[in-house]
Amino acid sequence: MKRAGRRTTWVAVVAVLVVGVAAWLVWPSAPEIRVQDQMITVVDGPKDDQRVTLDASFFPPAGGGRAPAVLLAHGFGGSKQSVRAEAVRLAQAGYAVLTWSARGFGRSTGQIALNSPDYEVKDVRQLIDWVAGRPEVRLDAAGDPRVGMAGGSYGGAISLMSAAHDPRIDAIVPQITWHDLADALFPNATGQGPESGVFKRMWAGLFFSRGGPTPDAAALAGLGAQNGQDRQDGEDGERQARQPARPLTAEEIRCGRFLPEICDMYQQVAESGRATASAVETLRRSSPISVPGKIKVPTLLLQGQRDSLFPLSHADANARAVAATGAPVEVAWFDGGHDGGNGEVDWLYGKTLGWFDRYLKEDSGAARAGGAFTVTRDGGRDPGTRRPVQLHATAAAYAGLSGSAQTSVPLSGPDQQVANPPGGSPASISAVPGFGGIGGGSGLNLSVDMAGQSAAFDSAPLTAPLQITGSSTVKVRVSVNTAADGATGEDTSTENAPGGDASGAASEVTLFAKLYDVAGGTQAPILPEGLVAPVRITVPEGGSGEAMVTLPAIDHRFDVGHRLRVAFTTTDLGYSTPAAPAVYTVGLASPAVTVPTYATLRTPSTGPAWWIWALPLASIAVAVALGLAGRRRPAGEHDPALESVPLRIDGLTKAYRNGELAVDGLSFTVEHGQVLGLLGPNGAGKTTTLRMLMGLIHPDGGEIRIFGHRVVPGAPVLSRLGSFVEGPGFLPHLNGRDNLELYWKATGRPAEDAHFDEALEIAGLGGALDRAVRTYSQGMRQRLAIAQAMLGLPDLLVLDEPTNGLDPPQIREMREVLIRYAARGRTVIVSSHLLAEVEQTCSHVVVMRRGRLVTAGTVSELLAGRTSADGSGTRLEDVFLDLIGDKA
Amino acid sequence: MSDANGSRTAALPGGVAGGSPNGSGPAAGTGPSAGGPGSGTPGGNGAARGYAPGRTLPLGVEIVRQFKRRRTLVMFGLLLALPWVLVIAFKLGAGSNQPATSLRISDLATEGALNFAAFALSVSASFLLVVAVALFCGDTVASEASWSSLRYLLAAPVPRDRLLRQKLVVAMGYSAAAVICLPLMALVAGTLAFGWNDVRVPGTGEIIPALDVLPRFAVVIGYALVSQFVVAALAFLLSVSTDSPLGAVGGAVGLVIVSNILQAVEALGSLREFLPTFWNTAWLDALAPQPQYDGMLKGVAVSVTYSAILIAFAFRRFRRKDVVS
Repeated sequence: MKRAGRRTTWVAVVAVLVVGVAAWLVWPSAPEIRVQDQMITVVDGPKDDQRVTLDASFFPPAGGGRAPAVLLAHGFGGSKQSVRAEAVRLAQAGYAVLTWSARGFGRSTGQIALNSPDYEVKDVRQLIDWVAGRPEVRLDAAGDPRVGMAGGSYGGAISLMSAAHDPRIDAIVPQITWHDLADALFPNATGQGPESGVFKRMWAGLFFSRGGPTPDAAALAGLGAQNGQDRQDGEDGERQARQPARPLTAEEIRCGRFLPEICDMYQQVAESGRATASAVETLRRSSPISVPGKIKVPTLLLQGQRDSLFPLSHADANARAVAATGAPVEVAWFDGGHDGGNGEVDWLYGKTLGWFDRYLKEDSGAARAGGAFTVTRDGGRDPGTRRPVQLHATAAAYAGLSGSAQTSVPLSGPDQQVANPPGGSPASISAVPGFGGIGGGSGLNLSVDMAGQSAAFDSAPLTAPLQITGSSTVKVRVSVNTAADGATGEDTSTENAPGGDASGAASEVTLFAKLYDVAGGTQAPILPEGLVAPVRITVPEGGSGEAMVTLPAIDHRFDVGHRLRVAFTTTDLGYSTPAAPAVYTVGLASPAVTVPTYATLRTPSTGPAWWIWALPLASIAVAVALGLAGRRRPAGEHDPALESVPLRIDGLTKAYRNGELAVDGLSFTVEHGQVLGLLGPNGAGKTTTLRMLMGLIHPDGGEIRIFGHRVVPGAPVLSRLGSFVEGPGFLPHLNGRDNLELYWKATGRPAEDAHFDEALEIAGLGGALDRAVRTYSQGMRQRLAIAQAMLGLPDLLVLDEPTNGLDPPQIREMREVLIRYAARGRTVIVSSHLLAEVEQTCSHVVVMRRGRLVTAGTVSELLAGRTSADGSGTRLEDVFLDLIGDKA
Repeated sequence: MSDANGSRTAALPGGVAGGSPNGSGPAAGTGPSAGGPGSGTPGGNGAARGYAPGRTLPLGVEIVRQFKRRRTLVMFGLLLALPWVLVIAFKLGAGSNQPATSLRISDLATEGALNFAAFALSVSASFLLVVAVALFCGDTVASEASWSSLRYLLAAPVPRDRLLRQKLVVAMGYSAAAVICLPLMALVAGTLAFGWNDVRVPGTGEIIPALDVLPRFAVVIGYALVSQFVVAALAFLLSVSTDSPLGAVGGAVGLVIVSNILQAVEALGSLREFLPTFWNTAWLDALAPQPQYDGMLKGVAVSVTYSAILIAFAFRRFRRKDVVS
């Protein structure tokens, strides 16, 4: 029965394993996508006379048939390899995907024209022509494929620009990209336009260096950007391959792969730090701002919250531009951007796929995930991995950077004097372009304001939490401190943005506005996402200038007790600042900051997982079931007829694990006052029988009754059984006395019933009783164990080889103890090999062999029977050997 | 009492329920005192006088049996000494290091008693406490089996379910004492060494008043305890299944190691949430400025789930087991 159960268990385990492995093997894996590399020749340029070869890869859709196409564009400094992984995923999702290295990047020829309508946009139109000729691509009309475009940064801008110039494009998903490149590089938070903007020199330098001539750009390109956007993934080899063996010409060293006009423009503005009208014109030709009303396709704008290059305001401007045409627009602010953050690659992919499913496959089943506006928020840390968790708050409509409501938070602070250090150094730090990824996200607060360069205006501690979503505004008043101004009035540096230009009627003041979260105490103030708003304010001679400053768009929760702090610094590491030293007085024109809130943004409540309750309840139910199923309540507990029979064994059977019978149909009865010898050779089943007698092992058949009570494990009648079987069992760290006392206490019976003194006398250990048992000899343990068996003077005493390890006097004494014990009406069972001993001690014997009863009776009968047969006096030994030899 | 002394027959005067003879015979040199050798309780279950299954192996007895063991004393000595060792380590290292600049839990340990206790708990919870709990729960039955004392307890008889229950309660008690004594001693050591200061939260560096965080600290200790349930239950199951105490302890520790390794396999995704060790560090959430209990709830759920089933299996197995040691 037991063996059968064991086998069943194994069969079940193996079956589960086999099913699991089979499921693993059979489980549908993602279909394999076979990439087709393709060199596509296009003709572009203002006069359509430049031939450029584009290095492209085509990923046919999984599942065959005609499928919608997606053009995946890469970021600045990348190549078609940068977007390969996403392309494969889209192809597996059933899209025909085309990736290509834009002109001037990767193995493509041509020069970088910054997504110019004359160059890159024309290239994309011809790529769409090529896609339209593919048999795998679904067509809306002849030559008009069903096609979407997606990409990040540089690739996002080409998506927008292409959608404006090619009506065949049906949906776009631009990520972390610009609306106005001029404004991105020359921002002015007063809203006066890039001509008066502050040059974002560090980002601009990094951005342009990625199109530069040396492989060093590869090292820079890896910094800062996430998601394979604006990054050079595994491009080193490719770059080396196309590096000409000849030395670079001076022009190539100077401009890398840029179009010379772009190169000249950049060098001019980077040197002066001011945007010229022609530079603004050039940059805007590459920007969606130049094509108002022309982007009429469903647009999903994914913009990073940690992005000091193309901040959220660019996505906002793009959203407004597209929405003005009536096309559907959705906006998501995710945890990422050019300054690092999580990146949320999988989530962005899911959003992109959902958008294309909706507008390219027109899959009505592709439910709108969330609303038109999604913001990624900090969801604390995952308790298991200790990693940050993102929550996605959604709103049904996108209301722009001014939020769905505005609150005015009063600020206080006197007018403060701040210094512009000569040469603009040391500079305050907000974010370090290109190194944002190092911090790994939200935890690191890089911002440092230099002493004496910052004016701060604090709110009172908040009495309720304030979630700001969008751009706050504050009105600032600045005047130039003329006393400090007089000495350095002349602008002698190459920096063309004089801080204290006293020569004209008006001077310009460059400031960087920041909104801090001040927790107080020892904590450094937090600058959310490391974003600043650069402003350039014109201050009339002797007077003061005022400006409404739009602070950076953020999504940030200010906790109760925290303060809002609006700070104005004169320097920032990432920007060009005036070299001339100056002192300004900065104050608030109106003592409040207007903050946008977005009440309709809701984080879907996850609630506690269902299994928090279900699992423990289910497991407890299983546990209870296991416990109840294991209970056995055998009938026939008590047989009153046998009330006075100390021991009756009836048909007892026990099999070893291998099926061999250790005890085979054993039956015998022991009466009162008997000293029974249980005899048998090794392996006869004596010990097994005694173990069953003690309730230690379960019989396979038959039963044992002690005083009529059936023996089962833990049967109360066992309290009338004293036993010593297969050696002593003591706690080695306790002394002999404690062992006996604790054993008796464990029986739960009254101490006065134990008869310790008599037991200890039998043990005869003397002073050794107070030594730890581990120091005892074998004989001492043996005697202590027999004493333990006699504790409480049990009615039935079972001793297995009691004389092992005893010396002859002790053996003799033990014999007398046993005889006396039985003489008091109790019953003793002794199992032994020492036949002479048994002969002298026992009144009865039971002889076993191979689990079976050979004979049972009194010693005298046994001896007499043999005597009569042999005709001579005999010993038990002879009888025993005869008995077991007979049937050998 | 019937005088059936010396009778060698099964025939006994009626009315003697237990059939047990009065053993006041003078033949016994070591003669028993006046009390009988154990009279059967009339009409009862055949037990000796004074025997009741519900009174066997009292908790106090089991506690004493286990307490005097060297293993118990060494483990408690180690747990109580560890905070002082850490204090010495920080004091020795203090000279070479300027005050904490970063906000890791180890850098903030010297901020005050509670910070120190949190640190001590964080460094010991993943392994030392696991070993302690595995030791107390894994060794309890297996060591009795290896000493052979188990069979005498069972033949006493202590009913099997009761033996297991009492042993489980005592082993859990010792485990709980081990898990509790370490942070408490760390509090004492931290107070003496670094003062009773407010808590500085790792990661953000915020300060929480010590009295505010004290109840949360109790939650932390409670959670640390509950999260060790799985180890305790598995060790107990193994203890019941094997005669080798080392095997039971090692098996339970091995499970924790395997679970920790699997936890590092991110490809398993959310399946990892059901690994027994996945939520072991969730107690850190209780010390955040805004305590979160979601992870701890999940941890408790997983822990209770595993341990209930493992313990049920332990009882079932022990009930059916042939004790051959």
